[in-house]
Amino acid sequence: MKIAVCVKQVPDTNEIRINPETGTLIRDGVPSILNNDDANALEQALQVKDAQPDTEVIVVTMGPPQAKEMLQECLAMGADDAILLSDRALGGSDTWATSNALAAGLKKAGPFDLIFAGRQAIDGDTAQVGPQIAEKMGLAQVTYVKAFELDGAFATVKRALEDGYETLRVKLPCVLTAIKELNTPRYMSVPGILKAAKADIKVWSADDIGVDKTTVGLKASPTNVFRSFTPRPKGKGVSVEGDTPKEQAANLLADLRAKHII
Amino acid sequence: MANFEEYKNIWVYTEQRGGRLMPVALELLGEGYRLSRERGEGAKVCAVLVGSEIGYLAEELYAYGADMVYQMDHPLLKNYTTDGYTKVMTDAIKAYKPEIVLFGATHIGRDLAPRIAARLDTGLTADCTRLDINTGNYMKYLTDYTTASSSGLEANDGNKGLKQTRPAFGGNLMATIVTPNTRPQMATVRPGVMEKRERETGASGQLVKVKVELCQSDIQVEVLDVVKEAKELVSLTDADIICSGGRGLGNAEGFELIRRFADKVGGVVGASRAAVDSGWIDQSHQVGQTGTTVKPKIYFACGISGAIQHLAGMQTSDIIVAINKDPEAPMMQLADYAICGDLKKVIPELIQQWDEEEQQ
Repeated sequence: MKIAVCVKQVPDTNEIRINPETGTLIRDGVPSILNNDDANALEQALQVKDAQPDTEVIVVTMGPPQAKEMLQECLAMGADDAILLSDRALGGSDTWATSNALAAGLKKAGPFDLIFAGRQAIDGDTAQVGPQIAEKMGLAQVTYVKAFELDGAFATVKRALEDGYETLRVKLPCVLTAIKELNTPRYMSVPGILKAAKADIKVWSADDIGVDKTTVGLKASPTNVFRSFTPRPKGKGVSVEGDTPKEQAANLLADLRAKHII
Repeated sequence: MANFEEYKNIWVYTEQRGGRLMPVALELLGEGYRLSRERGEGAKVCAVLVGSEIGYLAEELYAYGADMVYQMDHPLLKNYTTDGYTKVMTDAIKAYKPEIVLFGATHIGRDLAPRIAARLDTGLTADCTRLDINTGNYMKYLTDYTTASSSGLEANDGNKGLKQTRPAFGGNLMATIVTPNTRPQMATVRPGVMEKRERETGASGQLVKVKVELCQSDIQVEVLDVVKEAKELVSLTDADIICSGGRGLGNAEGFELIRRFADKVGGVVGASRAAVDSGWIDQSHQVGQTGTTVKPKIYFACGISGAIQHLAGMQTSDIIVAINKDPEAPMMQLADYAICGDLKKVIPELIQQWDEEEQQ
C-alpha cells in the first residue's frame, strides 16, 4: 500500500501576539510547527504501516525551503519519504491554486491508495485544500475523520458532525482529512531522527510536477486579499479594586448591578 | 473571464439535516436578504433547499426572507453526501448562474463548498464574519470598527463585488477577500454571526423545482448510519452569560468550580483551546477561532490568558470579566473588568455574593 500525507508548516498561533502600538502581528521568535491536524493525518498513515509493514508513507508539502525542517520531523516520526513543492511560481497561491499544485505533485509521486491530510491549518483555518485536492484528482473525500478502519479495498470511517457522527464506507483510493479525535500522534524516535538527518528530501519545482502555470500562484488565484487589518482594540477596561478576593467580588458585583448589567 | 452580466441573485444554501433546517440557514437568509437589497438592480435572495421530500420547508424559508426557493429533491439526496450534493449544486449553479453563493460554515458546509468551488474553478472564502457589497458601507465598517484606513477607496465607486471579511492567523488579524475575476463569488459564513430576520408568517415567494439528474453510481461514499450523540447540551451561541475556563484552572477538577459558577449565574460553560486540548472538557465547549464564536452579555474568562485564536471568538461580547493571576495577560488587557487574583478564591466569592445580592 502507498499512502500520501499532505502536511503544512505553520506558525504556532498560540504563540503569536499583537503589538498593541502598531496593531500588527509579532512573529519574531514564533516557532514554526507541523500543523496539528496534519500530525493526526500522519499518525493514521503510520498506524496503517504498523499493521502492514510493506506500506510506504510519503509526506508532501508546498512551501518555502525552510519547510524541510518540518518534513524531517515527519520522517523522524516514521514517514518513508518526503517531497517539498517549492517554487516562486507557486507563491501566493490561494486554496484553489494550492490544490492544483498539490494535486499535480501527488499525481507525479503516485498513484496512491490513500491520501490523508489534516482537516485545516491553524494559520488560515480554511479546511478547503483537502476537498479541493480530492476534486482536482477526481477522488472521493471524507472530511472531519475521527475514526478509521481499513477493510480490504474499502475504508470505514467516522465523520464528526456538530451533534454526533456519520459512519461512512468509501472505496480506495480516496482523500481523508483528520481531526485530533482520530488519534494521538507519536513522538519522533531516536533512530527516526538519525535517519531523517541524513534523508534526501526531494524538492520539486512547478516544472518538475508539470502543473499548468496559469493555474498556480498569486495571479492565478481566484481570491485576492483586498485589505488586511486588526480590529480596533476595546477601550481600556478597569482593574477591579480590592485587597481580598471577597472585596474584589463585592466591588465587581456592585458595579455590574449599578450599571444594570446583572 | 466569465461574462458577469449573466450572473444574478444571491443564493443561500439552506442546510437541512434529517428534514430540519440548521439555525445558520435562517441567519444566512437574513444576511442574504440584506445583501440583495444592498446589491440592488432587482437582485433576489434565493434559498437553495437540497434533500429528499423537504418541500414543506419552503414556507419557513419565505417566512425568514427568501424571495425564491430552489428545491432539489431526490431520494438519493436523503442523507448528505459530498458527491451527490456537489453534483446537484454545481449543475444548478451552472444552469441558473447566481452572482453569490453563501453556505453556513458547518461541518457539512465546509465539506461541500470547497468541492463545488473547485469544480466550478471559482473562489471561496472560508468562515466569513462580515460581508459587504457597497464600498461606502465597507469603508464605514473599516473606520468604525478597525484600525485600517479607508484611503484609496471611493464610497461611490460602483464596485458591486462581494467584500468578504474573515479572521485570519488564528484570530486577531482580519482579512477582506475579493473574487474579482470569476463567478459566482462563494463564501462560508460562521454560525452565530449573522442575524436572522423577524419571522413573517404567511410570507410567500416563488418556488423553482430544479430538475435533478443523479444516479447511484455518482455517489462514491456509502452512508452506513448517522448517529446523534447525547452530548451535554451546550448552547454557547445563544447564551447570555458564559463562564469560561482555561489553562489557569490547572486540571479537569477546575471545571467543577466553573460549572458551579455557571449554574449560579444561569450561564453556560465555555473553554479555551488549551483546556480542551488538555482533555479537561469536551470540545463542544470550546470558544474561539476553531471552536464557537460567541457574543454573550457577560463573558467571564477564568484563567484564560487570551491567545488570539480565543479572543477572535469572544471579543465582541458586551462585557468581558477576566480573572487571572497575571495582570499582563492579553485577556486582562481586553477585559472591561480585570480581577487580578486567584480564581479559586475569587470565583467562590462571586458564587456566594451573587446570592447575597439577590437577597437584598
